[in-house]
Amino acid sequence: MTESLRPRRTLLHHRAGGAWIWAVFIALAALPPLLQSLGLEFYTVVATRVLIFAIAAASLNLILGFGGLVSFGHAAFVGIGAYTVGVLADAGVASAWIAWPAAMVVSGIAAAVIGAISLRTRGVYFIMITLAFAQMFHYLAVSLKAYGGDDGLPVAARSVLNGLPVALTDDASFFRVALVLFALVFLGLRRLVNSPLGWLLQAGRDNETRVAATGGRVFAVQWTAFIVAGAIAGLAGALLANLNGLVSPHLMHWSQSGQLMVMVILGGAGALWGGPLGAAVFLLLEELLSGVTIHWQFALGAILLVVVLFAPRGLAGLVDRSGVKKTAPSSSAAKSKGAAHA
Amino acid sequence: MDLILVAEQALNGLQFGLMLFLLAAGLTLVFGIMDLINLAHGSLYMVGAYLAAAAIAAGASFLMAVIAAVAGTALFGMLLEVTLLRRLYQRDHLSQVLATFALILMLNEGVRMIWGEQPLMLNTPVALSGPVELLPGLMYPAYRLLIIGVGLAVAVALYLLVTRTRWGMWVRAGASNRAMTTAMGVPADRLFTAVFGVGAALCALAGSLLGPLLAVQVGMGESILILAFVVIVIGGIGSIRGALVGALLVGLVDTGSRTLLPAALRQIASPEVASTLGPSIAAILIYVLMAAVLFWKPRGLFPARG
Repeated sequence: MTESLRPRRTLLHHRAGGAWIWAVFIALAALPPLLQSLGLEFYTVVATRVLIFAIAAASLNLILGFGGLVSFGHAAFVGIGAYTVGVLADAGVASAWIAWPAAMVVSGIAAAVIGAISLRTRGVYFIMITLAFAQMFHYLAVSLKAYGGDDGLPVAARSVLNGLPVALTDDASFFRVALVLFALVFLGLRRLVNSPLGWLLQAGRDNETRVAATGGRVFAVQWTAFIVAGAIAGLAGALLANLNGLVSPHLMHWSQSGQLMVMVILGGAGALWGGPLGAAVFLLLEELLSGVTIHWQFALGAILLVVVLFAPRGLAGLVDRSGVKKTAPSSSAAKSKGAAHA
Repeated sequence: MDLILVAEQALNGLQFGLMLFLLAAGLTLVFGIMDLINLAHGSLYMVGAYLAAAAIAAGASFLMAVIAAVAGTALFGMLLEVTLLRRLYQRDHLSQVLATFALILMLNEGVRMIWGEQPLMLNTPVALSGPVELLPGLMYPAYRLLIIGVGLAVAVALYLLVTRTRWGMWVRAGASNRAMTTAMGVPADRLFTAVFGVGAALCALAGSLLGPLLAVQVGMGESILILAFVVIVIGGIGSIRGALVGALLVGLVDTGSRTLLPAALRQIASPEVASTLGPSIAAILIYVLMAAVLFWKPRGLFPARG
């Protein structure tokens, strides 16, 4: 396909800030020395956590925002990735070159199985069946007495990146590794979303019947996206296991899946920056508010409520005023209560 | 296996299932008619339980406390509907999820501000604290029997309300085709508020009745909310009959597998294996049940929409 044929201006194309992305990455790379000079090293760990959740939320956004597939079980893939790293570390495999790809592969396989069954259903039933599978994995982890059961499994040692001059035991290095992986994931997702597969995925969200009628293989496209999203979530889990030094069934608890969903919706479902933005705002608000008041959850709830009422397309929607696209269901016209008074 | 134990567990399952039905009935109607995913439904259950505990602490009898909790929560639910949730009906499901998640955070924290972090005690009424001999050798707590009785009575009352009254007819019509129902001149605003109030009242009834059996604490709404969602998905969204069947199924499977499964496993495997695997398999079983139902009937057992 020649450059001129690429639909630069269609609703399905997402530039996500174009070259400005690199400015964001560079600014983020300058964060650890900046925090250090301000004497705020502790926040390097917070920033690393934000990056990890940004990866997880971005992967969920691929299926939730761009695919219209509201998965309520995404934390399962994060947890499976984390457990893969934990179990491998327990067996003495500390190399990140083995453990992290293994985490992605195992999570991807789990996503392939869960997706193959769940994608038979739609709407709320899809939400609930993905939740059901996540709960099964949660209780499976609880029953793994050899790996700590309910208490979780301490990760013996942080993964080792042989051949690279970084040690994850150093917080600033860990941040940089997470940043590089986040950048790779973000750029990869941008490429995917703007590829023919990504267009079909978005078109399927907007009108599945029409895509099928024009020859689009809806199931294959959605299944592929589901597997990719699961594998990326597995990578986030691998990083999280290293950061926390512990993998526990709680990683797969439904409240974690819910939190990822809230991050994506808060940031903007179906916008490339939505997942990372939502993760950053959510986690930083949590950090900030909990320092101010013990009743921070009330304030957090109030802020989320204001966002829902006044920013229908999430925070990313406030910035991006170019598009008119909206993922509201087509039945919204039928919801009109005005009809009652007609 | 011990027949007495099986009978006792069946009654426990019935009791839990009926309480789940109280929650699921409101949830399925709100979902089916207003097309609102209300994650905060479990919070109304929590509010009901706390109101009952507060009323008892203020010296009310158990009956008065339950009535106060039901009335108070119904009012609170309707207030919530009129001020906030009404704005969400025309929004997509994702916005509803975010908004009602925010509501959970606020209600949990609100309850914590008023009543504190510690779980509240809600005692079984003295008159009902003893056991009743149902059959020779089968002793069953009187209080649990009362719950079963109330649950069955509410189920029958709801059935009559939905099938025999004008409002019930509107409700069924709304669940089947909302646009057509409003076009036919059904007073949607009042209907929606009323349905929400009834749903909140049922939540409070379940919360105050289950209070003496489970702990009254912050977060009690979320775990049971997930079960209530499982119930309505199994039953088919918008269907009261589906909610009842789904609730009884989930109640029986959940309660039965928790006690009977480890016992059954002990007969075929070593005690360690049984004590390890039993509770996990039991916890997984209801999700397997839901996944299986959705696999063969992707719209639930009793789809309300044709």
